Amino acid sequence: MPTKQLNGSAIILKALHDQDVEVVFGYPGGAVLPIYDEIFKQNKLRHVLVRQEGGALHAAEGYARSTGKVGCALVTSGPGATNAVTGLLDAMLDSIPLVCLCGQVPTHLIGNDAFQEADTTGITRPCTKHNYLVKDIKDLPRIMHEAFYVAQAGRPGPVVIDLPKDILMEMGDYAPPTKVAHKSYNPQVKGDTAAIAEAVKLLANAKKPIIYAGGGVINSGPAACKLLTQFTQMTGFPITLTLMGLGAYPGSDDQFLGMLGMHGTYEANLAMHDCDVMLCVGARFDDRITGRLDAFSPNSKKIHIDIDLSSINKSVMVDLPIIGDVGHVMEDMLKIWKASQAKVDEKGLAKWWKQIATWRAKDCLAYKPDSKIIKPQLAVQRLQALTQERKDVYITTEVGQHQMWAAQHMKFESPNHWMTSGGLGTMGYGLPAALGAQVAHPDALVIDIAGEASILMNIQELGTIAQYGLPVKVFILNNQYMGMVRQWQELLHGKRYSESYMDGMPDFIKLAESFGLHGMRVTDPADLDAAIIEMIETDNSVILDVAVTPEENCYPMIPSGAAHNEMIFGTDVKTEGAIAEDGMVLV
Amino acid sequence: MKDLSDGVYAQNPYTEEDKKHTISVLVDNEPGALARVVGLFTGRGYNIESLTVAETRHRQGLSRITIVTSGTGMIIEQIKAQLNRLVPIHSVSDLTMEGPSVERELAMVKVVATGEKRVESLRIADNFRARAVDSTLESFVFEIVGNSCKLDAFIELMKPLGLVDLCRTGVVAIARGPKGLDE
Repeated sequence: MPTKQLNGSAIILKALHDQDVEVVFGYPGGAVLPIYDEIFKQNKLRHVLVRQEGGALHAAEGYARSTGKVGCALVTSGPGATNAVTGLLDAMLDSIPLVCLCGQVPTHLIGNDAFQEADTTGITRPCTKHNYLVKDIKDLPRIMHEAFYVAQAGRPGPVVIDLPKDILMEMGDYAPPTKVAHKSYNPQVKGDTAAIAEAVKLLANAKKPIIYAGGGVINSGPAACKLLTQFTQMTGFPITLTLMGLGAYPGSDDQFLGMLGMHGTYEANLAMHDCDVMLCVGARFDDRITGRLDAFSPNSKKIHIDIDLSSINKSVMVDLPIIGDVGHVMEDMLKIWKASQAKVDEKGLAKWWKQIATWRAKDCLAYKPDSKIIKPQLAVQRLQALTQERKDVYITTEVGQHQMWAAQHMKFESPNHWMTSGGLGTMGYGLPAALGAQVAHPDALVIDIAGEASILMNIQELGTIAQYGLPVKVFILNNQYMGMVRQWQELLHGKRYSESYMDGMPDFIKLAESFGLHGMRVTDPADLDAAIIEMIETDNSVILDVAVTPEENCYPMIPSGAAHNEMIFGTDVKTEGAIAEDGMVLV
Repeated sequence: MKDLSDGVYAQNPYTEEDKKHTISVLVDNEPGALARVVGLFTGRGYNIESLTVAETRHRQGLSRITIVTSGTGMIIEQIKAQLNRLVPIHSVSDLTMEGPSVERELAMVKVVATGEKRVESLRIADNFRARAVDSTLESFVFEIVGNSCKLDAFIELMKPLGLVDLCRTGVVAIARGPKGLDE
């Protein structure tokens, strides 16, 4: 029986519904008006109106990362699409599943330099996992469903669908999603059992093992995180997590050595450097993790579990690659471990933990306390202490020193509660990501830990927060500098603080109030706890502007071009010349 | 413990020297597919020495791209892995690694010459089994097919004899033996 034909926009809404999309973050414009007309006529799909398309993409990322679902954004052609680009690349580098619907000029005008025309598929090709330009209404339902499949399958990522306006208005047939396998894109999810069995042997014989896990575990899902936790606790191995992986293993557990990498803990980095068997789970040996490549963990056998073949041997040669989904592979690894009655080397492991304890004793995150001015580390520690009783806390960050302090001092007990721009390092990520997370979890405590420079990059999203009454908390560590830039200038460029100081900062209290939100400022360490408590207990959205030590540096730090065992610390750092000449060219 | 040559272990693809590889890619014949492949190479800083593309399986709508590239073993492995994760790509084969293959390229070479040089060009063309596909009283267009080295040699010889123009198709390649590309 032939079904009633629908216009392209109605087909899109039906497809979104069939893909369980509840919320779309967007901004209207000429080319997408037909979709907005359909949105107006229905109540199933919720549209959240952002203030700039960049905000829509980060909000969709925050939504996706806090729920594990695909985030969805809707933007218009031309500037709408180009504003979305940063968010798309951010999602690409952090492997976040997104579907971004972009308006486009009508098909007969494509290539004409029409008003608000951009070559969206051309511009977004290198910053999406895949993109589509719909030129025929017959392809629309298939492309809609395929986009959601591609966004989630294998290593997740952003997908763009470019939608010419005439397609949005043309009549066509809808088709629901099918179970038919994709004709070319079918990533391997089951790991090779022989390789997993070999990994079990390597790990059982290890004297100085380490588990190094990343965002791939979180992308694989809460079940994968549970399996990883179970494996770690069964073996008693030390574990470290990347910036993207925080929450994949309980942050307060004793086996957790903290985050690793450039601003990771001493014990995590030294354990990575000195280990004899490394189990890398869903992480990608990023340059922020490895430091100097030729000195990276020189004496270890490396096992690498990853769903993406291109992550294998990209920068670090591994001995035993296992291609597959972390969840599947960890499940098989646990099974094989138990079936083969593998036993860890208890003696070796005890010695290894003793060694780790000596590194831990260095207390690398320590800082000089101050009774007059709030230390940024203290601010984050108090925020952690005053929120740790709650299970429904979601933390986002902007990019810079505050981000690293948040990663160092906040403790994440479960996945999907920590959202930060890791790969792309996008200042301005945190506020829209927080509003996206808050939309997904209306009653939760969502806090954007921000810097005063980053927050201004997407400050317009306070309007969105106000419009929807989202109780997002903005916790600004205000040091009056672009802190990380200033830190690098101090360490690398002879304290020539070129353009890293911002004059003309807004009064954040008045700024909050101008949007109808609550603004607060705290300058005295003695008032810090009360201010944080007031922030948490206020029903409305709050900006808490915390005045912190302007010159505080973020330590420990592996300087650019240095190895894991060449960290510098807050207490004994020689600032001038701390970074070698050849490290200066690195970012 | 098993020895490192066991199948589950990664073959160490790390070789310092750049080596030339011919890679065959089956891809959906759709707009943007070629741009994805080319963009991948430029975006990640890989070399393209030659690239040819044409639809080869009309019914399935598939095109075959033959890319000649060069890099260390690690880079070549990366190129193949990166190609493989592009959504419209069906298969990636490294013809250089996967046994013997036949490579061919076609060139057309225009030579303007009279007298002794004209005769010499014709004689060399004959030696190389090149055909004259166009001739005037003062020029020839030779068509030559072979591997790239043969074409290079022919072109070098034609230069002093009056070569004024040339074009090359880039390499196409196919594995020897009965096996098809995606079997």
